[in-house]
This record gives sequence, structure tokens and C-alpha cells, in this order.
Amino acid sequence: MPSRHRAFLIIAALGLLAVASIGLALMVGSLRIAPADVLAALAGQEGNGVDVVLQLRLPRALAGFACGGLLALAGALMQVLLRNPLADPYVLGISGGAGVGALLAILLGWPVLGVDALAFAGALGAMLLVFGLAHGDGSWTQSRLLLTGVIVAAGCGALVALMLTLAPDDRLRGMLFWLMGDLAQAGSAGPSLLALGGALLLAMPFARELNLLARGLMQAQALGVAVNRLRYAIFLLASLATAASVTTAGSIGFVGLVVPHLVRLATGNDQRLLLPASVLAGGSLLVLADTLARTLIAPQQLPVGVLTALIGVPVFLFLLSRQPK
Amino acid sequence: MSAPLLAACGLAVDIAGRRVVDGLDFGLAGGERLAILGRNGAGKSTLLNTLAGLRPVAAGAVLLDGEDCALLSPRDAARRRAWLGQFQNDPFGSTVLETALTGRHPHLGRWAWESTRDGELARSALAAVGLAGMEQRQIHTLSGGERQRLAIATLLAQAAPLYLLDEPLAHLDLNHQMAVLELFAGAARDCGAAVVMVLHDPALAHRFCDRALLLHGDGRSEIGAVDAILNAKKLSELYGYALRQIDDGGRRCFIPE
Repeated sequence: MPSRHRAFLIIAALGLLAVASIGLALMVGSLRIAPADVLAALAGQEGNGVDVVLQLRLPRALAGFACGGLLALAGALMQVLLRNPLADPYVLGISGGAGVGALLAILLGWPVLGVDALAFAGALGAMLLVFGLAHGDGSWTQSRLLLTGVIVAAGCGALVALMLTLAPDDRLRGMLFWLMGDLAQAGSAGPSLLALGGALLLAMPFARELNLLARGLMQAQALGVAVNRLRYAIFLLASLATAASVTTAGSIGFVGLVVPHLVRLATGNDQRLLLPASVLAGGSLLVLADTLARTLIAPQQLPVGVLTALIGVPVFLFLLSRQPK
Repeated sequence: MSAPLLAACGLAVDIAGRRVVDGLDFGLAGGERLAILGRNGAGKSTLLNTLAGLRPVAAGAVLLDGEDCALLSPRDAARRRAWLGQFQNDPFGSTVLETALTGRHPHLGRWAWESTRDGELARSALAAVGLAGMEQRQIHTLSGGERQRLAIATLLAQAAPLYLLDEPLAHLDLNHQMAVLELFAGAARDCGAAVVMVLHDPALAHRFCDRALLLHGDGRSEIGAVDAILNAKKLSELYGYALRQIDDGGRRCFIPE
């Protein structure tokens, strides 16, 4: 168990990493901007590339940070809720529902706002469907919840494939980028940052109860946790966090699965540290991946979801192979 | 006189629509130890979970310290009784000390971190079950018996006046079986704790408990002082297998015929 002092140091170090990753994202790109100019732009002074920093790179970096943080938080919560280390934010079909909504909107030729709205509606629809079906007979067990989520996700996957098949060629590229996750489509960072702050604030008071929940339902209840209420709340919170992220940037893979594991290996499984540390690490990782995505083969941009998966898969396999039995 | 630490009033327990315990009445005061015996599937664990308030009653009520368990908040209940389950599984890693410290949860405020005193309580609980020096071990490196003793240490750290133990001797070698039973006998004698344990060995039940509750699995149950109720005739009927009783001094053991 980390002492409060050690927890503070870890959070502070990750906070610096987050600031550094955002700083890097503001400097590099097709137009390189010196650190002094970035600082000047942030301070509101005239200088080199002010518009690029404030209008293009800052909103994108902040949106990336918010989405990475939301995904890592949702992943950590889902892993506790399902008591399954392999759970991720998408395992219960939230991204599938959002995908169906977003692709339908793109297929219909709706503007960006309409795509976002329909994606969010799809995510909520999938969430309610999974909740209703899994809760149907009141048993609400982990395996029932997991199976329902996986099945709903599979159904959404089929609908997505159907729409990709039917889509005219000129819309196909936009649909694929949405599915792979892409921060270029992120508009203003405000709503997602707000969602991140709210979700973390709501989760933190229950962090120690989540530690107990991870050890078993009966065990947690015997130690004084109102288990059913907590599980409903965590399901809602993790689902809404996922929906907020997916609506902003599409289904970016692996951040929600890998980041909680990386943090867990470094700091242990105390949610009081794991949740805020995952938010900072997830946000930083996504900002760095996005910076790579738009600079690697510039001027062409890669979808950031491809990069997080390309980084995430080997890291995860490595962790899995060295984890003690 | 104060209310008993645990009381069952007309308690009924159902498993999948079948009534396994019906009309059960008893009270358990501080310092008393009760053994629950019965065949597999007779409802021993389910009854224990119901007594712990982890499962709704089918009829009647469970009182903890005179208050209806169903009306207590989980946190309030956790300070009145500690419950040892049969299965521990741990999908996530954790150290031995962290696990023992979870017992302090009901005593900590929402934002509080474990204090030095909580750490000392957890360490002394670990020492009491012979796990001193293993505080930083990962729990998945423990043997089954060590894991069971860790669960008991977590219970001791919870420091509730009532212990509800489901097969506390599972996975333990002979020496640790006796140590655990002595530990809870000591808690009852010296600290005024009340103990309920599900046991499979009537001889140990006779030696370490004051009363025994026999569950027949069809709703019938009998409760009485161990000397009166733990005899060859009743136990042969309970287990459906002939047993011979041997008395040696104050101790009693049972041999399958």
C-alpha cells in the first residue's frame, strides 16, 4: 500500500509528464515552434505561430489528453467492476453503439455536430441495452454482464460492417477514420475535459471501496460496502466516460486496457492512486501518440488509434509474459 | 442485561425455492461459541451468510446487537460482525499487508488513509496467525493454508465482537487447525467475542464450542449444549452414516463404523 507521501510523488511526476507531453504536442508539427514562442502564445502575446498553437494544436492536445484520461479511467473502473484484468472500456459494447450511431450519421451526410450527437446517442443506447438485459432477472452477475456486453458489441460490429459495405466510396474514408479513432475530428476540448474532471471527482470518494470490490462481492459487502449501489454507479460512470471519449475521438484502442495495467505494475492496485495516475498516464500517452500520428509521415496523418494499438499490443504482450503466475 | 450479539428470531432460509432452515430461534451472547454441523448442501453456509446479513431472510429476522440486520447500513453491520467466506479468489495482485489492512475499512472515514495504528493492528493480526515477516509477499504466491490464515488475519483486523466463520479450518494443516481454534476460543474467553463456526469435525466442535446447531437440510434443526447434542445417535442420523462415540476424559471423538 503506497503511503500518502509516495502517492503524492507519483501523481506529481505523472503531472509533469502530462505537461511535458502537451508542451511537445504544441511545439512539433509541420511548423516547428520554439518553446519560447509557445509560452508567449499561451501567455497571450504576439509571436511566431500564435494561431497554430492556440487554434490548432492546443485544442487538439487538450482533447487528446481528456480522451486518453477518460479511456484509462473507464478501463480501470471496468476492470474492477467485472473483476477481470482483461476488461477494457469497450468490452460492454459502448464503442460499438457509438460506432453504429456515428456511421449512420456519416452515411446520411450529417455535419460533425450531428455525427457527435448520434454517436453519443448510440453509446447511451448500447449502455441501456446492456444494463437492461444484464439486470433483467435481478441477478446482475459479472459473467452475465460481461456476456451481454460482448454480445451487444458483436451485434453492433455486424451493423458497422453492414454500413461500411453499403457506404458510397467518398464517405468510406471518413467512416474508417472514425472507427480507428482520430483526434483531427475533435472539436473544442472543453466538454471532454469537463467530463474527465467530473468523472474523476465522482470516482475518487469510492476508491477504497473499489479496492474491496476487486476482492469479491461478498467480501466487499461483509466489510461494509453497499455493493449493489456501488456497482450501478461504477457501471454508469465508466460507460458515460467511455461515451464522452468515443464521441470526441472515435474508438481509440488499447489506452483503456494497457494504461491501468502499466500503472498497476508500477504502483500496485490501490485505486486511490491507480485512478488519478491512470488518468494522467492515459492522457499523456494519447497526446504523445497523436503527436507521432501527425508527424511520422507528415503531411499525411495517421489515425491515432492505429498508433496506440501498435504501441499497446507489444507492451501488453510483454507485460503479460513477465507477469508471475 | 444487554441484547445478545447475535439472535435469530423465527428465521427461515431458502435455497432456490427449497426451505432448508425453518423457524430457527437462538441467541448468542459474548463469550459463547456455536458450531453449525450438517451434510453437504444442508444450508450451513447459506445460513451463515444470512446471519451475516449478506443475504435476505426468507422469513423471520436476524438481530445484531439487538438491531434488525436488514435495517443496518453495510458499514454499521461490518463493525458488529466479521464474516469469513469459503472462497477467496484474487484476480489482481496485492501484498499480504494490504490484504490484512482491508479489515480496517469499516473503521476508516471516506477520505482517511490507514494510520500507523491500523498498520500495527494488521501486523499483530498477521502475527497472531503465524504470518509475521510475510507482510510484503504477493498473495498469489501463498499456499492455500497461508491464504486461509491471511483471511483470518483480515477478520481479526476488522475487530468486530462477533465472528461468523465458514469452514475456518479449510486448507489448514493439523497444527494450524488447532492454533486457529485456540485463537477463537481465546477471543471468546478473554475478549468476550461471540463465535459461530461451520465445522465438519464433531470432535473439534465438541471440544471448542459450547453449543451446536445441527442442520438436517429439510428445514429441521436442533440446537443444544455440545455434551447433550453431539452424541453417536444424533450424529449418525445427521450424517446418514453410523458413528461410534468414544469418550476420553472430557473429550469425545467419533469413529465411522
